[in-house]
Amino acid sequence: MRRRRSSSVWMILPLYIFTLVFVAGPLIYMVALSFSQSAESFGVEWAFTLENYKKILDPVYLQTFRESFQLALTSTAIICLLGYPFGYFMAKLSEGWKKKAMLFLMLPFWVNSLIRLYGWIIILQNKGILNFILQKLGIIDKPLRILYSYPAIVVGMVYVLLPFMILSVYSSAEKLDWSLVEAARDLGASKAKAFWTVSFKLTLPGLLSGIILSFIPSMGLFFIADILGGNKIVLVGSLIQEQMTRGNNWPFAAALAVVLMVLTTIMIVLYRRITNVKELEGIG
Amino acid sequence: MKKNTKLSRAYLILIFILMYLPVAVVIIFSFNESKLPVRFSGFSLQWYEELFRDNDMLEALRNSLVLGVSSCFLSAVIGTLGAVGLSRIRWKTKGILEYISILPLMIPEIILGMVLMAFFYLLNMPFGMLTLLLGHTVFCVPYILMEVKARLAGMDPSLEEAARDLGAASFRAFWDITLPLIMPAVMSGALLAFAMSMDDVVISIFVNSPRVSTLPVKVYTQLKTGVTPEINALCTLMLAVTVAVLLIYTLIGKISKGKNRLFSTREK
Repeated sequence: MRRRRSSSVWMILPLYIFTLVFVAGPLIYMVALSFSQSAESFGVEWAFTLENYKKILDPVYLQTFRESFQLALTSTAIICLLGYPFGYFMAKLSEGWKKKAMLFLMLPFWVNSLIRLYGWIIILQNKGILNFILQKLGIIDKPLRILYSYPAIVVGMVYVLLPFMILSVYSSAEKLDWSLVEAARDLGASKAKAFWTVSFKLTLPGLLSGIILSFIPSMGLFFIADILGGNKIVLVGSLIQEQMTRGNNWPFAAALAVVLMVLTTIMIVLYRRITNVKELEGIG
Repeated sequence: MKKNTKLSRAYLILIFILMYLPVAVVIIFSFNESKLPVRFSGFSLQWYEELFRDNDMLEALRNSLVLGVSSCFLSAVIGTLGAVGLSRIRWKTKGILEYISILPLMIPEIILGMVLMAFFYLLNMPFGMLTLLLGHTVFCVPYILMEVKARLAGMDPSLEEAARDLGAASFRAFWDITLPLIMPAVMSGALLAFAMSMDDVVISIFVNSPRVSTLPVKVYTQLKTGVTPEINALCTLMLAVTVAVLLIYTLIGKISKGKNRLFSTREK
């Protein structure tokens, strides 16, 4: 046994080195950066300071966090409402249909998300399809300004992140023992009661992991807000990007990233506490 | 009980339609004669012609393909060896290593992009193909690692042990026994990594250079400034490539008769 262990070292070495240098290294550097000072012209001055974190408490930036949170919450709520029933119903399909549904679900997933968002631009723009149809039907007289507004960003977020929720819910509903639901019904529970006490409880881990898988990215997907929202709403993600490029204040960007990262970690830890599951459902 | 009502079936179909609507719209209007994507005025291939005259776009496409293939290859080597190695060693740091190596999937992309940019700058690396390659490899490795790990978990370790008992060296045992067995997982992980690399905007924006850029970044900047039907044509072509890759993937899955990992969400 000992011989085998030592001779396997060469296999693990590339992963070890790569992970330490290009994953752990940059992350540690980010933390260090967040406590340093931004130089007058360009670059970083290495003097310990908490200034960057204090700056986040500035009302302007707190507002950004609040707006990002609100947007993420709104999108995640809609994703739950749309995705949960979908994943649940999908698990009830026959084996053959399940496979087909899965294929159809994964296919757009493979299509560049920009392409799919671009489709929404065509649909939502002032002279776009949606307004054309609504006008033809006589529902509205003037075209609605949907593109470059808050609702458009929500549409984009929901659209891009919905598959994550569906997959999570589906993978936990798939494992559901349907005879338990039947038993509840046989014992006199109404359809709704049987659903809430049995099915919903057992699929809760999937729902929760879906929430995390959609909430976390929606805080940082700045390009959706950019393309569909037209710079109307500044998300934490957009703020970080701006500070890295135009603003040239890397320490501040790093502090923002650290805060975002801490929030993310808290959510994942909470999730594990609640469900006692080690891996997020459906991530693989 | 385990049956869908008509209503729930209708719901599934409705959501599927909404999912495919934007994609369908892009394809349809790529063949549109008129520049305005409002009504379909006539079939035309002019936007494709224009696309093929656009050298910037073609250059970006070439970059993306080179990058996709190379980062997918590099991460396949690191990820596969790593997953097999992880299954063999019993170091104390093993758990931490595994956690850190999957971290790129768990943290928001924006953070990853940002820290990589700062880090490459710290190392004085010239931004361009190399930084893109390293950046993409960072988020591609976890996909392969996880796919291979899942496959290894369902594999009989005694096969390789037998090979080694019979005198095969570590490398021989890996090359002749383990690798062929985990190949389907390596392939599906690699294809997933390739797709992710071709799709990535966020990380590429941070680690590219004005001169060397990828296709999604080009598309992104174009979308920000305004839309041209040329983008429709490009998107349709990318879609065609995606479907082709997917078909190949399904074929590989059929040939190896392994379980189709991407279409079954997760293995136990």
